[in-house]
Amino acid sequence: MASSPYFSLAVLFLAALLFGLAPLGLAWVWARVFSPRKPNPIKNSIYECGLVSQGDAWVQFRSAYYLYAIIFLIFDVEAVFLLPFAVAFTGLGVAACISMLIFVLMLVEGLAWAWAKGILTWA
Amino acid sequence: MVDNELKIELGKQGILVTTIEELYNWGRRSSVWPMQFGLACCAIEMIATTMARYDLARFGAEVFRPSPRQADLMIVSGTVTKKMAPQVVRLYNQMAEPKYVIAMGACAISGGPFKQGYNVLKGIDRYIPVDVHIPGCPPRPEALIQAFMTLQKKIDGQPLTGEGRPRFLDADAQCEFPVPEQGAHDLEPPSNQGVWPVEIQGVGSRERRDIDGRQVSTDH
Repeated sequence: MASSPYFSLAVLFLAALLFGLAPLGLAWVWARVFSPRKPNPIKNSIYECGLVSQGDAWVQFRSAYYLYAIIFLIFDVEAVFLLPFAVAFTGLGVAACISMLIFVLMLVEGLAWAWAKGILTWA
Repeated sequence: MVDNELKIELGKQGILVTTIEELYNWGRRSSVWPMQFGLACCAIEMIATTMARYDLARFGAEVFRPSPRQADLMIVSGTVTKKMAPQVVRLYNQMAEPKYVIAMGACAISGGPFKQGYNVLKGIDRYIPVDVHIPGCPPRPEALIQAFMTLQKKIDGQPLTGEGRPRFLDADAQCEFPVPEQGAHDLEPPSNQGVWPVEIQGVGSRERRDIDGRQVSTDH
């Protein structure tokens, strides 16, 4: 087993795992053993700036918000990829430029779809 | 137990002698985190205390926590109206032990200049135990720093076992402080008998009673 090329990796993995878990475990044991517990209903209630919390946190959000998520994604992803493209622009070949244009075109297509659907107008 | 002179003598030789209790209290008093919570004009002085000129960071208390779960100290800085009192008491309850309270300024102590107001609580110590009172209207930042040092001295002097130990180390100690509710004329109950044993004069009544509940006079 020790001759396996993955043995040292496994040891390192275990050490990394322990490195992360040991402090958590120690903190948990410390809290269990040494910190006196004084719970009561008021203390355990939800913190709402001193007020009694109203209703439930499990409320539903309108699924129609996916449109905003998509539009956000279009511009977000575009910005992330356009910046390195602009930085490396002078040293790029024709093939790279064309593939980038195709990528931008795909995102523009999404924008055109949103525009055609009429969700860019504020109702 | 090493006596104090020997400890100082050893300290001069470069040997540090301490006890668990001292170390524990040193740690507690050196990182008293106040709750980020201000009620009125005193809060402005409290903010000034944390800023560069007065620099509360010297006392390890600059970290104002926005949640009671992470705070050790409540500075009641200003007039507590009867509308606000239940919230203050609930926030105090939601803080984790050990917790301390500084009543800052005349209003937090007694109602101050607004004491006669129908909507002003006449001292936050009617509902929660106050460790340090600072007089003043408002107290200057130096006064708040003085209160901090007083509180640190108090924490330093608390034994961890036996009589006089802090509430959180006492399994039988009462740690729930009932939140008052808005009644028809006043907060109900008008005080927490556990922390304010004096009976409070009822609305419209001119009776005065002593601690045992006996009527002492009928005039005001």
